[in-house]
Amino acid sequence: MFNKIGFRLIFVVAFTTLIIIGVFAYFNVKSQSSNLISEVERHANQLGETVVSSTRFDMMLNQRDRIQQIINSIGTQPQIRDVRIINKVGEIIYSSDSTNINKMVDKQAESCYACHAEDKPLEQISITERTRIFRVHPDSNRVIGIITPIYNEKSCWQSDCHAHPKDQKVLGVLDVSISLAEVDNAILSSEWKIVGFSIIAIISLGLLIAFFIRRWVSRPVNDLLNGTLQVSQGNLNYTIKEMGDDEIGKLGTSFNNMTNKLAEARMQLFQSDKMASLGRLAAGVAHEINNPLTGVLTYSSFLLKRTKDNPEFQEDLKVIVRETIRSREIVKSLLDFSRQSVPKKSSAHINEIIDKAIGVIDSQLALNKVKILKQTETNLPNFTVDANQIQQVIINLLVNASDAIGKDGGVITILTKQIALAPIGIAQIKKATCPKRHSLIDNDFRIDGLPSLKVKIISGGKEGIAHLDPVYGKHRNHFDIGFKIEKDAKYVCPECSNSIVEQDKLCPICGSPVLSFEISGQGIYEVCASEQSNWERWDYVDSLGLKEYIEIRITDTGSGISKDDLAKIFEPFFSTKGQKGTGLGLAVIWGIIDNHNGTINVESELGKGTTFIIRLPLAQQR
Amino acid sequence: MSKALDILVIDDEEVIIDAVIKICALDNYSIDSANNFKTASEKISKNHYSIILCDIMMPDGDGFQILDELNNRNIDSTIIMTTGYSTVENAVKSLYKGAVDFIPKPFTVDELLSSVYRANKYQIIKEKQKLLSLQKNSDELLYVTGPAKYLRLGYSTWICQEREGSVLIGVCDLFIKTIETIQEIEFQENDEEIAQGICCASFKCGNDRIHKILSPISGRIVEVNDNIKNNPNLIEKDPYFEGWIYRVIPANIEYEIKYLIPCSSDRI
Repeated sequence: MFNKIGFRLIFVVAFTTLIIIGVFAYFNVKSQSSNLISEVERHANQLGETVVSSTRFDMMLNQRDRIQQIINSIGTQPQIRDVRIINKVGEIIYSSDSTNINKMVDKQAESCYACHAEDKPLEQISITERTRIFRVHPDSNRVIGIITPIYNEKSCWQSDCHAHPKDQKVLGVLDVSISLAEVDNAILSSEWKIVGFSIIAIISLGLLIAFFIRRWVSRPVNDLLNGTLQVSQGNLNYTIKEMGDDEIGKLGTSFNNMTNKLAEARMQLFQSDKMASLGRLAAGVAHEINNPLTGVLTYSSFLLKRTKDNPEFQEDLKVIVRETIRSREIVKSLLDFSRQSVPKKSSAHINEIIDKAIGVIDSQLALNKVKILKQTETNLPNFTVDANQIQQVIINLLVNASDAIGKDGGVITILTKQIALAPIGIAQIKKATCPKRHSLIDNDFRIDGLPSLKVKIISGGKEGIAHLDPVYGKHRNHFDIGFKIEKDAKYVCPECSNSIVEQDKLCPICGSPVLSFEISGQGIYEVCASEQSNWERWDYVDSLGLKEYIEIRITDTGSGISKDDLAKIFEPFFSTKGQKGTGLGLAVIWGIIDNHNGTINVESELGKGTTFIIRLPLAQQR
Repeated sequence: MSKALDILVIDDEEVIIDAVIKICALDNYSIDSANNFKTASEKISKNHYSIILCDIMMPDGDGFQILDELNNRNIDSTIIMTTGYSTVENAVKSLYKGAVDFIPKPFTVDELLSSVYRANKYQIIKEKQKLLSLQKNSDELLYVTGPAKYLRLGYSTWICQEREGSVLIGVCDLFIKTIETIQEIEFQENDEEIAQGICCASFKCGNDRIHKILSPISGRIVEVNDNIKNNPNLIEKDPYFEGWIYRVIPANIEYEIKYLIPCSSDRI
């Protein structure tokens, strides 16, 4: 449970809330109780002063009974635990608790300690020092005691009784103790209130956060997780539903984009592979079929020759010969497909190719009431293609579009434009040298069929050759040379042992040395010398910016292609035209575009129409 | 017991051998057959054949081996290649290696007969030439070879590279000598594309025979020789200069030129 992101977040938030409210409550209770205590203290002090001043007159008159009576009546108040007057020798002379009268008090006892701590008793002390809080028994309520000193006055030593000598400063003390039970109860109840409030706050905050985390984080993250699982299981058609415009929503969108691209790339790869094997199959089939066809054609044309005087046979034999020759053409187109001949490229302009293609089938389109709308960009540059093959592609696509539109007529839009796509993952290093101009290209070690870059690594007395991916941006480097590459390893040219490490430069990601290869005429290629990072830079290619393509879009207003068919339309022998077609058209088109290092994609919506998108590189790969 | 026969058919398909035998009987050729290379090789060493009709794809080897073997053994039979795997490369390669013609399968009776007819004529001319070369002081010329800078595809068509980068295409004199009088020529039009080893024109001759001309080079036709349109006999009169057929912008001459034979090698 704790490995769920939502739970962790809730836990952290609840814990923080608990600490904040706890600290707040602690200080709050503390200040509240100290306020209450000081209030009680003030009250007790006042009481002490009141008792002293109200008994003063009776003391003057030495009316001890009356003093005792006043003290008794004060002591009856419920909160007041004890009121007593102690003389200077420590004898309790008056007390609300009559059993204590005439008892001696220990000067070292708590109540006396404030003044009598030193040898000579203090005469003036502050209110806080006169106050003490204590428990009579460990389990009884707290009690606050306050001592009010009774000072000697002129009238005391001049009085008739002459009870007190003149030089005595303090005659005794009044000690009032008040029970703190009520105050303690108030503090306790406010503590409970705060605890209750904290619990409610934490629970409601947790619930609130849980709700939003579930809504904003858990559910979309689960969707994403599910999506990656689906993709890892090979279901590249899986799309994550819209998740809003926050970061996770954007992640979802880019995830969908990524799977789309992946599916597209896999499709192209799959198609490439299938074409190659089907090419071989077609060639084999063509050869096998041609032999029996030769038998049919030779015998039938032989008979045709020998039955010149028999017009009845002639008619039928002519049909056989004609149909066999038609079969011959079909097989030939199969062979044309399987061969996928190397395109014969020359400089051409896409718009001219399109115009020519339209010219070829203009009349047929007019017959079907198909209108062609050209939205061609006029200032496109010439590019190197097999104009014939591309024209063939466009004618085929136009015929397909016209067929999809049917007899009721419609519009075919042809759009051309120049676009730019990033070169990363495409540009290949074909020539690389060390500073002494030795080639660092290894034709014997190929990565994905392309000669790799080699570098000799000397580390800890061992040496080996590492191979780097020649395709910029693919990072399929081979550093596994059978021993550990230490930090002080040397990276050198295998031929002249000159270092190819760039001085004063470290990989900005992992801090490893940076290898530099001179690419003749194309600047310098830099790459991190460690497996730990994929850092690499080829300024020349980066500065070229995006690779230029000519994009051709052919859109029709026809019947569209269903999703199931869409996945199959580039497969050989797939046809929706029944008896009319061989099903080779789009497969051949695909082969032609692939031979030009281009791509072809299709977008379609049933009932609305279809768009074919062809992208041909402006500069053919050298 | 050596025999002199007109034709040896080499093919692994019985039905094709039978058909070829029947067809060639129409023109009264004597025929032998072999359904694998081993038998063929034995038969070639035993007998003499004017024409060998050979399939390129055989279970025990490919037809180019026979071409090489004949060259090595100095046997002067005329070879026609056939194959069901009729790619242009096969056609051009077999012509380069010394075959006189290439017939893609499946073929019709007329296609086979016209090819055999030319091969037969070719063989006759070659034999005559052999005889003439023995008579040292004879200045009789059986056919005219192409100018030194010309290149030819097999013995049939030639190209002449012009300064502007365009190429002239025509028919070799030897080819013309193997066909009857040209009555009509079927051309391709301006701006059409032609491909090396693929038929680019056909000559309709006497006896309703049609001879297909294989293009020596791929490219786009920029000009058709109007003079020979009106006067087909011009080809026969001046095959290498006035009798050119097409002017072509070549598409891939650097690659295709390696299958062409320089005419300079024809002069001894």
